[in-house]
Amino acid sequence: MSTTTLPVMPPRDVAQQRRLGRRRKLVDRLVLYFCVAATVVGLFFLASIMATLLWRGLVALDWIVLTREFEPTRYGDDSLPKGGLVHAIVGSLIQTAIATAIGTPIGLLVGTYLSEYAGKSKFGYAVRFISDILLSAPSVLIGLFIYQLVVLPQGGFSGFAGALALAIIVIPVVVRTTEDMLQLIPNTLREAVVALGAPKWKMITLVAWRAALSGIMTGILLAFARIMGETAPLLLTSFGNNVLSTDLSRAMASLPVAIYQQANSGFPDLIDIAWSGALLVTLGVLFINIIARVALRKRA
Amino acid sequence: MSVTTIQAPPIGARRKPGELGDKIFRAMCVGAGGFVLILLGAIIVTLFLGGLPAFERFGAEFIWGTVWDPVEGQEEFGAGVSILGTLTSSVLAIIFAVPVAFGIAFFLTELSPQWLKRPLGTAIELLAAVPSIIYGMWGLFIVVPFVQMNIQFAFGEQLAAIPLVGFLFESTNFAGTSLFSASIVLAIMILPFIAATMRDVFEQVPPVYKESAYGLGATRWEVMTGVVIPYTRISVVGGIMLGLGRALGETMAVTFVIGNANRIATSLFDSTTTIASVIAMEFPESLSGSLQQSALFAIGFLLFVISFLVLALSRWLLRPRLK
Repeated sequence: MSTTTLPVMPPRDVAQQRRLGRRRKLVDRLVLYFCVAATVVGLFFLASIMATLLWRGLVALDWIVLTREFEPTRYGDDSLPKGGLVHAIVGSLIQTAIATAIGTPIGLLVGTYLSEYAGKSKFGYAVRFISDILLSAPSVLIGLFIYQLVVLPQGGFSGFAGALALAIIVIPVVVRTTEDMLQLIPNTLREAVVALGAPKWKMITLVAWRAALSGIMTGILLAFARIMGETAPLLLTSFGNNVLSTDLSRAMASLPVAIYQQANSGFPDLIDIAWSGALLVTLGVLFINIIARVALRKRA
Repeated sequence: MSVTTIQAPPIGARRKPGELGDKIFRAMCVGAGGFVLILLGAIIVTLFLGGLPAFERFGAEFIWGTVWDPVEGQEEFGAGVSILGTLTSSVLAIIFAVPVAFGIAFFLTELSPQWLKRPLGTAIELLAAVPSIIYGMWGLFIVVPFVQMNIQFAFGEQLAAIPLVGFLFESTNFAGTSLFSASIVLAIMILPFIAATMRDVFEQVPPVYKESAYGLGATRWEVMTGVVIPYTRISVVGGIMLGLGRALGETMAVTFVIGNANRIATSLFDSTTTIASVIAMEFPESLSGSLQQSALFAIGFLLFVISFLVLALSRWLLRPRLK
C-alpha cells in the first residue's frame, strides 16, 4: 500500500484552524450531496424505464396480444384484426428452455472443475480467464459464430441455431456462480465425506452440489433471465417468424426480435404492441432476478 | 432387510472403490473446461475465416477505409467509420458514467444508512438486468426526443458559438438520433456494472485503515481520497475497463439511437454507426457468401479483438480482487 497523506495541522492560531476546519467540512458536505445526487440519478433511470414501460406497455396489452399471432398494421382501421405476440412468446420460451438445458450441464461441470480440481494449475487459470471473457463478450458475435457454424450448413435460419447461440451465453454465467458457490462450502465438509471412504465424485455430486444447490439454482435462474432478453444473437440465428411455429429446424420467432422488428416498423399500432412485449420481457426478467436474489439471501 | 456379507477382495487385486467413477467424473469436468477453451478459439477462427475474403480483397486499408458501399457491382468496404464510432461512443459513455458510478459506490459503502444499503444495491443490480433492447426502445422514445428538444435545440446554437470547441456541437443532423444519444444510453447501461464493481472493491478495504484515518479526525471525503482510493486504485480502473468492454460490444441499444449512418461524427449531435450495429442492421439482409457478408464477419473479428484486449486488461487489473 502506498503511503497516505492526511492533512497535518501544525499549531496555528485558533481562527485559522477554524477556517480550515470549516473548509474541510464544506468539501465533505458537497461530496455528500454529489453522491446522493448520483444515487438519485441512478434510481431515476430505473424508475423512468419502468414508468415508460408501464405507461406505453399497458396501452395495447390485452388478451389478444397474448393469444394471437402477428398481423400487419391496421392503419387506424379498427375493423381489421389486431395482432398479437403469442408466436414470439412461445418461440422465446422454447429457445430459452432448450438453451438453458444445453448450457447448464456444461457450465456446471466447468464450474465444478474450477472449484474442485483446478487448484492453481495453468489449465485451470486459462479456463477461468476464457470463461470470464465469454461472460462479457459481445453477444452479436456469438450470433455470427452460430450463423457460420449451424445456419449456413443447414441452409437456413432455425430455432435450434437460436437455442445454441443462447446456450453459449448461458455457460459462463453458470460457471461463475457454480464456482463461487462451491468455494463457499467449508473444506471440513469435504474432508468428512472423504474420511468416510466415499470417492471424490460421490463427495462432489452427493454432498458438495447439494450443499450449494440453492446458489447453483440462482445462477441458472440468472442465466435464464439474461438470455430471455437477448436480441442480437437471435437476429442472426433464428431470425424471427410471424406465425406460431414450434419447428426447431425453421426460423422461429422470439419476443426480443419481435419487439425490435415492430418497434422499428413506424406504424403506431405495431409500436404499441412492441411496448406490450417490452413490458412482458422486462417484468419476466426482473421477476426472475428478484426470485433468484431472495432464494440466495435465504441461504446466506 | 437383507444381510450383506462383506468379502475382503483377493490380495493383489485391490482397487480403491469408486476409482473408475472418479476417473470418469474428472474427465468430464476437465473435458468441459477444455470445451470452453475450444469454444473461444472456434469463435475467433470462425470470425476470421468468415472475414478472410474481405481482408484479402481490401488488405490493411479495410481497417481505416471509410467507404461502406454494399451496392452490387461497386462494392467497397472499410471499417474506419464503425471502428471510430464504436470507440468514441464507448469512451464518451465511460466519461458520463464514471463520476455517477463513483458517487453511487461511495454512497453505498460510506454514507448510506445500513437499512438502505440492501434495497439500493438490489435496485442498481436490477438496472443491470434490464435487457439491452429495452434500453434501446426507451432511448429511442424518451432519450432521443429529450436530447433533440432540450439539449440540441435549446443550447445547440449557443454551444456551437464557443470558439475552438464549438464544432463539437454544430451539426446539420436534427433527428436526435446521434452519437450523443447513444453515449447517454450506453452510459446508463454500464453504470450499474461500474458502480457494483467499485462498491465491491471499496468494501474490501480493511476497516482498520479507515478507522485509523477517522480516528485522526479525517472527514469521509479525506478517508476516500487518502485511504480508500490509494488502496483500490488498480481495481477501480479494472472496473472501468469492464464497463468499457461491455459498451464496445453493445448492440441493440446503440442500434436504436445512433442513427446508423456511415459518416464520421465530427459533432456530438451527428449520427454515425458502430461495428455491432452495422452487423445487426445489415447481416440479416445480406446474401450468404457475398462480399458484404464477409466484410461484416471481418468487422466482427475486429470487434472481437478490441473487446478481448479490453476485457483481458480489465481482468488482469482486477486480479487482486479475484484472488
